[in-house]
Amino acid sequence: MATQHSRSAARFMMAPAVILLLGWMLVPLTMTLWFSFRNYFPLRPDRVPGWAGFSNFERFISSSAFWPSVQTTLVIVGGVLVITIVLGVALALLLDQPMWGQGIVRILVIAPFFVMPTVSALVWKNMFMDPTNGLLAHLWRFFGAEPLAWLSEAPTVSIVMIVSWQWLPFATLILLTAVQSLDGEQLEASEMDGASPLSRFYHIILPHLSRAITIVVLIQTIFLLSIFAEIYVTTGGAFGTRTLTYLIFQRVLESQNVGLGSAGGVYAIILANIVAIFLMRIVGKNLDR
Amino acid sequence: MGQITLEKVTKRFGDVEVIPPLDLTIEDGEFCVFVGPSGCGKSTLLRLIAGLEDITSGVIGIDGNDASRTPPAKRGLAMVFQSYALYPHMSVRKNIAFPMKMAGVPQDEQARRIDSAAKALNLTDYLDRRPGQLSGGQRQRVAIGRAIVREPAAFLFDEPLSNLDAALRVGMRLEISELHERLKTTMIYVTHDQVEAMTMADKIVVLRAGHIEQVGTPLELYRAPRNLFVAGFIGSPKMNLIEGDAARQHDAATIGVRPEHIDVVDDGPWQGKVGVAEHLGSDTFLHVHGTGLADIVTVRATGEVGLRHGDTVSLAPRAEHIHRFDASGLRIA
Ligand SMILES: Nc1ncnc2c1ncn2[C@@H]1O[C@H](COP(=O)(O)OP(=O)(O)OP(=O)(O)O)[C@@H](O)[C@H]1O
Ligand SMILES: [Mg+2]
Repeated sequence: MATQHSRSAARFMMAPAVILLLGWMLVPLTMTLWFSFRNYFPLRPDRVPGWAGFSNFERFISSSAFWPSVQTTLVIVGGVLVITIVLGVALALLLDQPMWGQGIVRILVIAPFFVMPTVSALVWKNMFMDPTNGLLAHLWRFFGAEPLAWLSEAPTVSIVMIVSWQWLPFATLILLTAVQSLDGEQLEASEMDGASPLSRFYHIILPHLSRAITIVVLIQTIFLLSIFAEIYVTTGGAFGTRTLTYLIFQRVLESQNVGLGSAGGVYAIILANIVAIFLMRIVGKNLDR
Repeated sequence: MGQITLEKVTKRFGDVEVIPPLDLTIEDGEFCVFVGPSGCGKSTLLRLIAGLEDITSGVIGIDGNDASRTPPAKRGLAMVFQSYALYPHMSVRKNIAFPMKMAGVPQDEQARRIDSAAKALNLTDYLDRRPGQLSGGQRQRVAIGRAIVREPAAFLFDEPLSNLDAALRVGMRLEISELHERLKTTMIYVTHDQVEAMTMADKIVVLRAGHIEQVGTPLELYRAPRNLFVAGFIGSPKMNLIEGDAARQHDAATIGVRPEHIDVVDDGPWQGKVGVAEHLGSDTFLHVHGTGLADIVTVRATGEVGLRHGDTVSLAPRAEHIHRFDASGLRIA
């Protein structure tokens, strides 16, 4: 019964959770904002704390590393999104086919998602991408090619590969449930209507998946904007793999300047919002159908 | 053209033979209805004809050509599904245009055919809506529209009206019959509603467990059911099937008398007590107990009858309408 009474009771019951979540979000946000306007060096007693005005913001943005780091962030996020969506759709369609050992194969596909980012980055770095002993190096040599020093010669590509491997299961899982919810009679109807497998994919399956793709894009973007462990473990931010998150970490670490780092954090929030609004515009309209 | 022949067609799912060898010819322009109890293989048979399932053995001919291995799109048949199977992200116009787009029909020809289909099916005002914004009956018409524009050799309908309410069902039934009169295209129609079967069909095929029990016009099946199954299946309310002495008097193992062929008389051969009396206004269905013939004998009396629960009645079957069946259930001529 959605009466006036029951609704206000519901609000009252929900209040603790809402307040907790709000505090959870607001406290760090406010603190970041507060520190970004301060000179704050908790580990350096020689520097006097005090009000900084916009100087932290100016210093952060005028650093020569700022714009390249934004660019790297966008390249990595974009690259991972494209790879996980394309391969995710392909894998989902494949896994939907009846086959022997379906349950086990599905679990195997999901497995990478359970591996911690640090661990997976280490495994990739030492077991796959190592130029002398890595699996990929052996593969290259098998075909008579010169092994690639992945992390120094193609560092961004390497990181995109590692992160895509981690996020592919997530995309596949969501897209698989979407594929399974497609009405079989629709496919049969399109088959009778003379649609080839390719146009069936394009006209029936892809539009059906658009909503799930939107969700995958939005959720992954949120998480991908803040990837850190994979970069820390592999390149340490060298060779142009410094993302905005990583730049903030370096700034705080090298100068113990929490104020400067906080200013970078505020820029990261702005970037995330721009990306989110942009994505909502192009794919978000799929959601309100 | 749209003559469809099935020769020794069989279908197995794994070890289960759903359709044992089956022969059937559907003539060009015929309205053919498949009826039978649930699970008897009506949908399977229709899907075999459509090409959505592969036949296990046998030959399916369309207009004299072997189409057994032809892919569905090439058979020139259009199907209307029970769930309509409209494409939810396309407007009604795009839905109807889809088969033509796939076939590469030129734009202006597409527009012309959409127009005429929309007019014929009263869809002109809805062409720019999505299927989700339509009522059940309108969706049904869109599905039919999508089938019409292909100008198929035959239409296949799988219980197209079962999702509609009773009033709409009567309306759509008439529209489909009307459409058949106009197009004169072969139609194969699956239903388990025998009113639909009786009113729409030129030819009814009664199926049981994949076997054809009888093929004939509605009235042939009504007048001369070939066996007990068809006798019990066709006609509403069901035929009364009576065994024992009453049957032996007619030299049969079982006799069947339809409710409408039993009269309430002052002094008839059968006596019983009235149980439930269903008053429909035009008719009254009396369920008579304790006749010693069968558990319940159903009687259809015309008009309003002044009989109540517990009254004793005397019944007389009309001799010329008694169907006789032998011990194996076959009709005795
Ligand atoms: N894909 C399949 N695999 C295995 N058995 C199947 C398959 N499809 C249908 N069957 C079986 O074939 C038989 C006929 O099914 P079918 O769908 O043709 O029945 P139907 O006459 O259309 O019934 P209804 O009136 O309930 O729609 C059923 O016993 C069903 O279990
Ligand atoms: Mg069926």
